Amino acid sequence: MADDAIRCDACPVLCYIKPGRTGSCDRYGNHEGKLVRLDPHVVLDRAVERGDSVVPFLERAGEWDGGLGSHADTFVTAIGAGTTYPDYKPAPFIISSQVEDVDMVTVVTEGIFSYCGVKVKIDTDRNLGAECSTVRSLGEAIGHITTSEYGSQMLSLGGVRHLTGGSRQEGTSTCDALLHLCNGDAVELKIDDGAKVVVQAGQPPVVDGSQEERMRVGCGSATIGMFAKQWFGKVDDVVVVDDHITGVLSEHQAGKLLGIPETGIKLKGRRSTPGRYFQVAESGTSWGGTDIDNPLAILGKFNAKKAWPGLRLLMVSTTGEHQAYFELDEDLKPREKDLPASLRKSVALIKENCEPALCTVLFMGGAGGSLRAGVTENPVKLTHSVRDALTRVTCGGAPVYVWPGGGITFMADVARMPRNAFGYVPTPALVAPIEFTLKLADYAALGGYIENVRPLSSIASPEEGRKRMTARPDNPWPLQSSTKAKKR
Amino acid sequence: MATTVVDKGEEAMNTRAQIRLLPGGHRLHLHDGPIDLIVEAFGTPHEVSAACRAASARFVSVLDELCSELALLRQPCSEESPWPQGAVARRMMAAVKPYAPEFFITPMAAVAGAVAEEILAAMISGADLTRAYVNNGGDIALHLSAGELFVVGMVERPDRPSLMGTTMLHASEPTRGVATSGWRGRSFSLGIADAVTVLADRAAAADAAATIIANAIDLPGHPTIVRIAARELQPDSDLGDRLVTQAVGDLTAREVDQALTCGAHAADRLLRSGLIRSAALSLQGETRIVGSAREHMTITTPPTERILVHA
Repeated sequence: MADDAIRCDACPVLCYIKPGRTGSCDRYGNHEGKLVRLDPHVVLDRAVERGDSVVPFLERAGEWDGGLGSHADTFVTAIGAGTTYPDYKPAPFIISSQVEDVDMVTVVTEGIFSYCGVKVKIDTDRNLGAECSTVRSLGEAIGHITTSEYGSQMLSLGGVRHLTGGSRQEGTSTCDALLHLCNGDAVELKIDDGAKVVVQAGQPPVVDGSQEERMRVGCGSATIGMFAKQWFGKVDDVVVVDDHITGVLSEHQAGKLLGIPETGIKLKGRRSTPGRYFQVAESGTSWGGTDIDNPLAILGKFNAKKAWPGLRLLMVSTTGEHQAYFELDEDLKPREKDLPASLRKSVALIKENCEPALCTVLFMGGAGGSLRAGVTENPVKLTHSVRDALTRVTCGGAPVYVWPGGGITFMADVARMPRNAFGYVPTPALVAPIEFTLKLADYAALGGYIENVRPLSSIASPEEGRKRMTARPDNPWPLQSSTKAKKR
Repeated sequence: MATTVVDKGEEAMNTRAQIRLLPGGHRLHLHDGPIDLIVEAFGTPHEVSAACRAASARFVSVLDELCSELALLRQPCSEESPWPQGAVARRMMAAVKPYAPEFFITPMAAVAGAVAEEILAAMISGADLTRAYVNNGGDIALHLSAGELFVVGMVERPDRPSLMGTTMLHASEPTRGVATSGWRGRSFSLGIADAVTVLADRAAAADAAATIIANAIDLPGHPTIVRIAARELQPDSDLGDRLVTQAVGDLTAREVDQALTCGAHAADRLLRSGLIRSAALSLQGETRIVGSAREHMTITTPPTERILVHA
């Protein structure tokens, strides 16, 4: 196709799609030369879903079992349930159900969170920016780079200061970015004096336009240690290029143990211990998270007393994505040659040991007093009940980690919730689903709104127009007592 | 959350297709690539379950079957056109063949109706149902056992879904297919009709006829009608360089009448040759009804109360 149409490979129709147009399904389109997934609700869906008040039921069955309208094993999530805000009232839905002959209650509400944000883990060794650098969306500051983790860069986004402490525009942009990230959509972030990165939960990061594929298996030195035996006898020296610690086989302890002779190789950068070098180049988005495109840039001249013509040198990045093979000529200058088949395997092995790079997004929020007051007349009792593990907290049916200490501050993986589980209010603040599940007797004891408890069957009627969904099989079933949690 | 179909019984499974129950727990939504079906069956719970399973089982291979013969199905149909292999593709070819000597039409004109028919056939061969329908974006295949009845709503503009009218379909009458075509729909149209709804014995036949009638509702050369070569919009469109309607400006009452009259003539011919049972033709708030079901079709909104909003 000579023009700028692109071919969609989402289904076997294989439409050619012109810029600004969609394929025959109306679901995939060509946006500035890229194939993008559009709003899945086409006319048909929209018409179908108009009547929904979207309070999804999470059905326990892993797959649709062919049955119709069964209410067994149903959990009501807070998605679309409505909130208690701004005036205090009992949570919109307080649902009772029987689990193993015990009456259980699930208090379901959508919380409005000003104190909330997301923690983003971006699997990449590429330098995104300096620690504490401001992260921007739509030009506004929405968070910062926080301490990096092994093989990953970490962002802390949102929080009350960006949501309500700055300008109106800052708050709106922050809320917008959080909403998209939590709902599983892609957001483009720009780091001050750093990279531009596209983040989407469960998807590989795109750093300055190039998609990250793999997480490194270890630093350059560790990689030397892991693969030294594979290289032994097939090559005279190996340099594993890494922004953190670059490793050199012939100098490294692992090479010494194998009796690999010195090669006269000379590395730039600061030597840490034998065969391990810091700062061989600037940080960047190329070889091993450095800024170099030509690996020879980190080498000095070979020592003529030690090196020999024909010396075989492999240079590889920590993820195996970059590699080059050289042999020294008569003047001991490295000349690039095709990578021999015997080494190709080891490079592939490095690649194979690097896990797919992903962005993961954890929602983090604190349930304020008024939210807790929608559950019980005495909010602190709910905190104690959660603390004592009598009450289980879930977020759109997904498990949460409740941070120790005071209050109910929790984290949840947005990828384990149904898509579009989050909303917002123009405050700006995020609306997140939250469910508290506990025994009816415990609920009464902590001052719960017993008169508002409704049986599951009362809201399971089709005329209330709810959306049933299949629960994720990897999420613990919210109604199952934690002590008896079975592997499903 | 949609459930991806995994049928362990078959290798090389289609993992795109999504099958889920819609809110209320009675309607099944089947989705694969450009195909979107809403399916509902009526009968005892056991039979309804069996029908839904049969629909799902048949559905998962339909898109792959169609795509394997896509080149042929995008070719203009002639009397000499070879018969395709796939069951859905053969339904498509059968539906458009009657038009081949005179009109430009490709089997793709009947794809939606043919898919609906095929899924419905799988359901009623797998279960004993009182009623059932398969709705493929407005192209509908129906099953009615003796004494049963369906009320079908008609929508004039898919971008503003509101019922333009209803039609009652009784088991005692032969209509088992309903289809709608118009330039505002998902498929391209050569004409300017907002919607042409056709009742015919089968869904694929209704689909092909609706396309032909909608194409006939036209005012060639009219200055406010915007037309673009189909290939400009979708490089691999079966309509090639033919001009498809992208916008229609306000027309005078006379022009509307003239265009609808052309369409009504075409519809009359199809009616007389037995290809359709009836048709409702709609253009800028005016509606014409052609055919036997006239007494069953009720147009609800008086044309004077409609407001045209142009995007």
